[in-house]
Amino acid sequence: MILIAIISLGGIGAIGAGFLYAASKKFEVYEDPRIADVQEALPDVNCGGCGYPGCPAFATACVNADSMEGLFCPVGGKDTMDKIATMLGKEAGASEPMVAVVKCNGTCSARPHLNTYDGAQSCAIAASLYGGETGCSFGCYSYGDCVTSCGFDAIHINPETRLPEVIEEKCTSCGSCVTACPKNIIELRKKGPKSRRVFVSCVNKDKGGVARKACANACIGCGKCVKECPFESITLNDNLAYIDYMKCRLCRKCVGVCPTGAIHELNFPPKKEKPVEVKEETNQN
Amino acid sequence: MLRTFRIGGIHPPENKLSAGKKITPLELPKQVIIPLGQHIGAPAQAVVKKGDIVKVGTLLAKAGGFVSANIHSSVSGKVNKIDAALDASGYKKPAIYIDVEGDEWEDTIDRGTTYIKECNLPPAEIITKIADAGIVGLGGATFPTQVKLSPPPGSKAELLIINAVECEPYLTSDHSLMLEKGKEIMTGVTILMKAIQVTKAVIGIENNKPDAIRHFQELAKEYTGIEIMPLKVQYPQGGEKQLIDAVMRRQVKSGALPISEGAVVQNVGTAYAVYEAVQKNKPLLERVVTITGKGVTNPSNFLVRIGTPISALIEAAGGIPENTGKIIGGGPMMGKALISPEVPVTKGSSGVLILSKEEAKRKPIYDCIRCSKCVNICPMGLNPTFLMTLTEFSNLEAAEKNNIVDCIECGSCSYTCPANRPLLDHIRLGKGKVMSIIRARKS
Repeated sequence: MILIAIISLGGIGAIGAGFLYAASKKFEVYEDPRIADVQEALPDVNCGGCGYPGCPAFATACVNADSMEGLFCPVGGKDTMDKIATMLGKEAGASEPMVAVVKCNGTCSARPHLNTYDGAQSCAIAASLYGGETGCSFGCYSYGDCVTSCGFDAIHINPETRLPEVIEEKCTSCGSCVTACPKNIIELRKKGPKSRRVFVSCVNKDKGGVARKACANACIGCGKCVKECPFESITLNDNLAYIDYMKCRLCRKCVGVCPTGAIHELNFPPKKEKPVEVKEETNQN
Repeated sequence: MLRTFRIGGIHPPENKLSAGKKITPLELPKQVIIPLGQHIGAPAQAVVKKGDIVKVGTLLAKAGGFVSANIHSSVSGKVNKIDAALDASGYKKPAIYIDVEGDEWEDTIDRGTTYIKECNLPPAEIITKIADAGIVGLGGATFPTQVKLSPPPGSKAELLIINAVECEPYLTSDHSLMLEKGKEIMTGVTILMKAIQVTKAVIGIENNKPDAIRHFQELAKEYTGIEIMPLKVQYPQGGEKQLIDAVMRRQVKSGALPISEGAVVQNVGTAYAVYEAVQKNKPLLERVVTITGKGVTNPSNFLVRIGTPISALIEAAGGIPENTGKIIGGGPMMGKALISPEVPVTKGSSGVLILSKEEAKRKPIYDCIRCSKCVNICPMGLNPTFLMTLTEFSNLEAAEKNNIVDCIECGSCSYTCPANRPLLDHIRLGKGKVMSIIRARKS
């Protein structure tokens, strides 16, 4: 009796095993084992900052790519990318560490409020309705779509100025705030040596007078900075100056000549002879 | 039993304060601001420059594409500048500023008051005349009329529906026009029938305008093929698809045009503009605008030149009330708060509504309690609360599957929500995003 049971069950087991073995051979899906390894090395936050839908997709792209050029995980940074490159026996692509920069300095005191908005508290909804509570229809709405979009707690609205501020240590330059902002105020810029940066903190494309009337800190498109820049890194389009961060050598000459203070410098040590320099330059002009 | 559309709908308080008020021509302003984008589609291209002398009816800008419309000067004077101006969209857009000098009209325009009934032009010529006159849908959607009158190949119009519903609360501009310009409107309707080569037309009027219904029933006796259909009051009956359902008992399918059911819908104001353009050679340069609100001293219907600042209307109606909270361009349901009273009247401005601070204030928002009131009243048969949630969580694929692009932005859902949720605000945003995805996919 026992023997029959052992034989019949063993038989069924053997048939089943044979079937499963055949099926696993026939319908096998090959996955490069390196994908799992690469995924392990990635931060696994699925932020989408690399341009791929999540870390697994990025890992697959890394393994399948011929060269690592253009593939970069902003959260993991250069270390992670070097590690992955060694793992795959490829050359890591050149990459600069980036950081999110808020290009609006229309603080409450600089930008008088002309009306009140009491609709749904979302920048995107407000932007679909009108140009905002102030005279500047390009500037920040302050309802914090960027804050909600950030997965790293790296951007917050300053309650005093009502403008978003980026915490550089936390920012991974994933770019979700850049996409969330309906006014295209936030830009990913090169972090620069010692986090030093010079940028035009304004996106107003109105004519000088109109822009100035709406906001005391606006770029009025006077072009002084363009003339001052020794490296031709500043361009002026639609009454708005833009500093190309790849060309900028951080000499800060433009900061001194800007009549409205729209050009910001970050993380520089205080300039000692600044007042004298500014005077000289204005006299020359 | 009066007809109405069969899905959803609401009946907000009508508040037609300016009903029965005569249409009064508004005094000419010192300067007009004529935006180049007053219609749906590509903005018009300016053909005048700074310093040019223009007359009333001079072409200022040519249609900038197939879906676009000509723009004519509404005053005589000198072009001051072509510059950005704040318009009802809340943004600065290119516009032509004209300093008014006198009131000199182009010689081609027949300014006489004689009524011309007969029109013997062939359909193609009628449509060209309408296009030249820059006529757009005057109900508020501002879709270029000539495009609507040229059905795509393979489709044939069976019935012309004239939208004389005016379902928005407060507004009475169409109502006053119907009472005063009935004969002209009827001729406009016959011209439109000729243009699209149909033998039947229905004028749909809500039965809160019994005087207009009586007047038109009287007039219709002299015309063949025009039927007056009184409709039960229900918002948003003025929506194209809702009106087709009410009149023809046919549902336009999701994503389809009214012509797929054989219908062409035109506003009653458009019919009047067509009469003036075809019979009198007069381009669209003025329109009837209602100025109303509970605090307004003298709610009125004004005949206003395009480009007149709204502040001039408010002044003429007795000035801005003390406790003003919002100035709305349009009606209370679909209108938009204006940020400045200096915004000009455009082809699509049917009214200006002044709300007090108490009326304008948004109520506190509570959580959704799944009462499904919004689902019951949605005239497009959508699920507003679901669409709002999908938009909030950026699930745009699901929003597209749930037909978010069918939303006509009537605002019934936000109006009816007992938790005061900003349903339409979110749905409008989601609809915009989904539409741009669809456009990107096509190109």
